[in-house]
Amino acid sequence: MMCVEQEGAICLKGLTKRFGSVVANDKIDLELGRGEILALLGENGSGKTTLMNMISGIYFPDEGQIFVGGREVTIRSPKDAFDLGIGMIHQHYKLVDVFTAAENIVLGLPEKGKFDKRAIAQKVRQISERYGFDIDPDKKIYDMSVSEKQTVEIVKVLYRGADILILDEPTAVLTPQETDKLFAVLRNMKADGKAIVIITHKLHEVLDISDQVAVLRKGKYIGTVNTAETDAQKLTEMMVGHAVSLNIDRPEARYRDPRLEARHLTVVNKEGVRMLDDVSFLARGGEILGIAGVAGSGQKELLEAIAGLQKGAGSVLYYPPHPNSDLAGQHVPVDRDGEELLGKTPAQIQKIGVSLAFVPEDRLGMGLVAGMDMVDNMMLKTYVQGNGPFVDRKPPKELARRLIDELEIVTPGVSTPVRRLSGGNVQKVLVGREIASSPTVLMTAYPVRGLDINSSYTIYRLLNEQKMKGVAVLLVGEDLDVLLELCDRILVLCGGKVSAIVDARETSKEEVGLYMTHVGGREEEVK
Amino acid sequence: MNEKHTPLLRLAKREAMSSGKRWAIRIAAIALALLAGGIVMALAGNNNPFAAYATILDGALGKKTAVRQTVKNFIPLLGTALAIAPCFKMKFWNIGAEGQITAGAVCATYFALFWAGRLPQVPLLLVMALAGMVGGGLWALVPAFFKARWGTNETLFTLMMNYIIIGFVKWLQGGPWEKQPKGSQQIAQFAENACLPKVAGVYCGWIIVLVLMVLMFLYMKYTKQGYEIAVVGESEATARYAGMNVGRIIMRTMSLSGAVAGLVGFLLVSGANNTLYDGVAGGVGFTAITVAWLAQLNPFGMAAISAILAVLEKGADTLQTRMGVPVAISDVITGILLFFMLGCEFFIQYRVIVRGHEEKEAAK
Repeated sequence: MMCVEQEGAICLKGLTKRFGSVVANDKIDLELGRGEILALLGENGSGKTTLMNMISGIYFPDEGQIFVGGREVTIRSPKDAFDLGIGMIHQHYKLVDVFTAAENIVLGLPEKGKFDKRAIAQKVRQISERYGFDIDPDKKIYDMSVSEKQTVEIVKVLYRGADILILDEPTAVLTPQETDKLFAVLRNMKADGKAIVIITHKLHEVLDISDQVAVLRKGKYIGTVNTAETDAQKLTEMMVGHAVSLNIDRPEARYRDPRLEARHLTVVNKEGVRMLDDVSFLARGGEILGIAGVAGSGQKELLEAIAGLQKGAGSVLYYPPHPNSDLAGQHVPVDRDGEELLGKTPAQIQKIGVSLAFVPEDRLGMGLVAGMDMVDNMMLKTYVQGNGPFVDRKPPKELARRLIDELEIVTPGVSTPVRRLSGGNVQKVLVGREIASSPTVLMTAYPVRGLDINSSYTIYRLLNEQKMKGVAVLLVGEDLDVLLELCDRILVLCGGKVSAIVDARETSKEEVGLYMTHVGGREEEVK
Repeated sequence: MNEKHTPLLRLAKREAMSSGKRWAIRIAAIALALLAGGIVMALAGNNNPFAAYATILDGALGKKTAVRQTVKNFIPLLGTALAIAPCFKMKFWNIGAEGQITAGAVCATYFALFWAGRLPQVPLLLVMALAGMVGGGLWALVPAFFKARWGTNETLFTLMMNYIIIGFVKWLQGGPWEKQPKGSQQIAQFAENACLPKVAGVYCGWIIVLVLMVLMFLYMKYTKQGYEIAVVGESEATARYAGMNVGRIIMRTMSLSGAVAGLVGFLLVSGANNTLYDGVAGGVGFTAITVAWLAQLNPFGMAAISAILAVLEKGADTLQTRMGVPVAISDVITGILLFFMLGCEFFIQYRVIVRGHEEKEAAK
């Protein structure tokens, strides 16, 4: 492989990193010139982040060479990376909340003399104008939206004179409109001669923004292709290693009876902030109701209030399935005219058949006990069953074995702690357990976050199976493309309010994106 | 790649290690700890460390009377470690076992002093044991209630509770329970029917703690309550999600823990001392934390660690009389042992890579 003698370009040769017996990166070659955008594509665990961490000085490679501007370099620390003009924008922002944008941007810079706010603000404005950022240097971070914070992170890196920018899943937290804005900025930077690496899972974004795509699979470098000469299907095949159908089914269920009705549901958190404000909707059996919204718009509170984990005001009514349907009779009988769920304990709500497969941000935080094995996790909600003081581990053990077979869970055995499993397998364990309790309402949040394509499609299939059985599925998601293909209707939350409930077959991504930032799609900003 | 730019030492997380290798590391750690302890002994009194260790073993296990004393040290240590195990499993940092032992001892002593004339031995001992458990359990329930209700910090709370009950015993000693004639600041010796009988030369507490060891193992591993404790310890959010009443579990577990500690208090007053005094727990509530932690909360492991510490403690007494090495040396060796054993867990978790040795390490 050639490593061109060029200012600002980066080139990797045979870069290898091992963790114990696992080879996270196996002889990776990569080349990126000035004024180019390279998309780094790969499933979870394929080694994208490891590779970028080596370039930005967080990990030290075991083997291989890094060239910057045609010169071989050694990067031992993030500071070395900065000195070489490499800047990384992490998925989780590293900003001081009580500081302004300008203060955060200069934080840690070894500049001598007086702290000259005006000069800094001036330089920040210059950078903003040059690339088309929208930033107020004097605004405090805690007043900023997610996309504004991201802008600060990017400007921070540019302020330090970075020529090579690495963005780790920058669009994961953005609305479609914000993503468009970000891409416009990236194109400006490209025109200015910056070299940009963007890590993302979303194929359409890769096709939209990049010049070249480098694909990793299981730590190995598969190849680099010109974006103009490829398409989503081809890229997926490179990523997965075999052909995959990218269509998500949306079957029609026979019964669509009312199951869960929220009326004027309001949740106030410990700090006194209204996380949910007068939310009303009806979820039907045999239907997947998607819940969209910018992160922190009340999705978590909504699911938790229904599951009895949050106190709420208003009303959440539960209607039992039709007595003749398959789902009837499996759970404790309830009022046919609507049983009030608010005020009940989580255990009571579970007995009614409302199941929450909640996957919070840290994945293992709530639904599963990370340090326990599959068997002990299977009985998390059923351990009280049976008489006597002792637990019966036989049924959960059988269930664990069955799930390993049916869902193709990769694990050394039923007695391996779930923390050792990969993200996709953890998710299958969790969703599998919830489905095994034959729920009548199944709530999931971000069920495919961080999963590879195969695992994601398994989860979609499981959700569809539940829907066809007559279960009411509530799905909080972040990938609008998936929500639009999989769901029957989409409820859009904005600042804790119901912004709109739309038919997923009729609506467009742009429309949903607008509802995400403006209640009812009105053009005024919602605080 | 330029060798001299590589960092000298790097850490890498290990893959799961075989259990044989893990135990080899732990045994090596104990051996190293004994070696370091030997150096300290040699420096402290210019003694031959081998002779010193031989003296410790001989002093603790050489004679029948010595063995009995060692077992007497062993009983409260294991009992208390078993008491705090469920709390620690729940990540409720109960460092108030000292006070719970004392509270149990006070309640048991009440019956020993004022009911001995009215009840024959077996019912009296049963009443005393029960009183000890209730006393210890209630004493432990106080911080648990505040934690469950208002989220107070259990570490400080349980610690402070120790001083309250120990001060209370001091008052009893010099006040209402002081023996006749007044002025000794001591409580009278128990009547014979309030003392635990001896089995094989030591009061029967050793049988009780061994039975307790098996029961605690079964409780933590196979019962629903044990499962709840483990879930709460891992994540309270998960426990709540699973429909568990976290507050109730905290209070129940703490009461159980306090009850076992209170039972140890009963064993101490009725079996070991035959009276009550303010130092009845004698620091065992803190040493037991070491025991429970080193054994990684496994009851059988706790028995082994308790035995080692009991031998060290008794052996150090002999070491002082025979070789003039200060008794505090046993504390020093215990500390070194703790340091090495906790330290070796680091090497079980991580691998250290020295510059220039990457390939060799990776090949392993």
